[in-house]
Amino acid sequence: MNFRSLIGAAMLALSATALAAAPASPDAQVEHAWIRWLPANLPAAGYAVIRNVGDEPLRLTGARSPDYGMVMLHHSRLAHGDSTMEMIDHLDIPPHGSATLAPGGYHLMLSQQTHAIKPGDHVKIVFEFADGAELQTDFSVRPANASGPTD
Amino acid sequence: MSLRHRWLRLGLAAGALFALAACASHPQWQLDDVQGHLPDLKFQMTNDLGQPVTAATYRGKVTLLYFGYTHCPDVCPLTLVHLHTVLQKMGKAADDVRILFVTVDPTRDTVPVLHQYVTAFDPRVVGLRSTSDEIAQLAKRYRVFYKPAPAEASSSGGYEVTHSSAIYIFDREGHARLLATPGSSNDEILHDLNLLVGQQS
Repeated sequence: MNFRSLIGAAMLALSATALAAAPASPDAQVEHAWIRWLPANLPAAGYAVIRNVGDEPLRLTGARSPDYGMVMLHHSRLAHGDSTMEMIDHLDIPPHGSATLAPGGYHLMLSQQTHAIKPGDHVKIVFEFADGAELQTDFSVRPANASGPTD
Repeated sequence: MSLRHRWLRLGLAAGALFALAACASHPQWQLDDVQGHLPDLKFQMTNDLGQPVTAATYRGKVTLLYFGYTHCPDVCPLTLVHLHTVLQKMGKAADDVRILFVTVDPTRDTVPVLHQYVTAFDPRVVGLRSTSDEIAQLAKRYRVFYKPAPAEASSSGGYEVTHSSAIYIFDREGHARLLATPGSSNDEILHDLNLLVGQQS
């Protein structure tokens, strides 16, 4: 086997793998997706409403982005004047219900940006679910002092 | 006029005067009134322009003291945005207000990072940093609890950061007057800040 056919075989194998691994789309929709931009390459927070439009419960287990090296599911809790931020490994969304990622509660923590990101940009985020399904979404990047996705 | 009516009139007038006096000395605060329960503002730190500052630097301004850190993408911005919104609503009166954002993570929050962070929210936010010991002292003074994230936290994943999210409000003289929390509404903070800014010292 010469070098060219070796590459051809490798590419064929790769595309076959890609086809086989193409994840299913969940019965979910994402709305009001935005990121609060922060300067100095600081970690930013991502917010959205994820609707389960299906008849089965959905379990969100994580997210990834080509624009950030690390995306984590976090939860802030405010109690007795103290706030705590912790990583969580999943978030359940009941059938025909929704999960809200909003300031002061559940959010995505986005760090290690792979290129310069600024307010006005759009960032791709892929939500990953327990059954292997994936949902591609588009988050708009808002200024640090924005109150929400559109203000 | 009968004597009885005269007494009634006098009583009403006295009552009105009393109510006025009560209003003047004890405004109807909507936040927690901490006057006399917490010590005056006192610190020696570096601001986000790298200049040495003390509490006296902000004498004449109503100040809001808040402890946070820049690697805090959710709750700290939420609080700063609340305060930014309130200052916007105050209009010109907000020129007499400063938000003092004291970092509890001085290792990562260098002067330039702190400067970029605070100015992204509002020009009236001042970033303050100092040595860990001095910050701990200031926090202790106001019974603020915090546990900063370890430096390797972001790469190791599962970590927990806890910090007090209270906002301490001082009058123009540096006396502790009010306590707000992230649960306090914008309207409550706006109402009380307007009252406090209106009080001439």
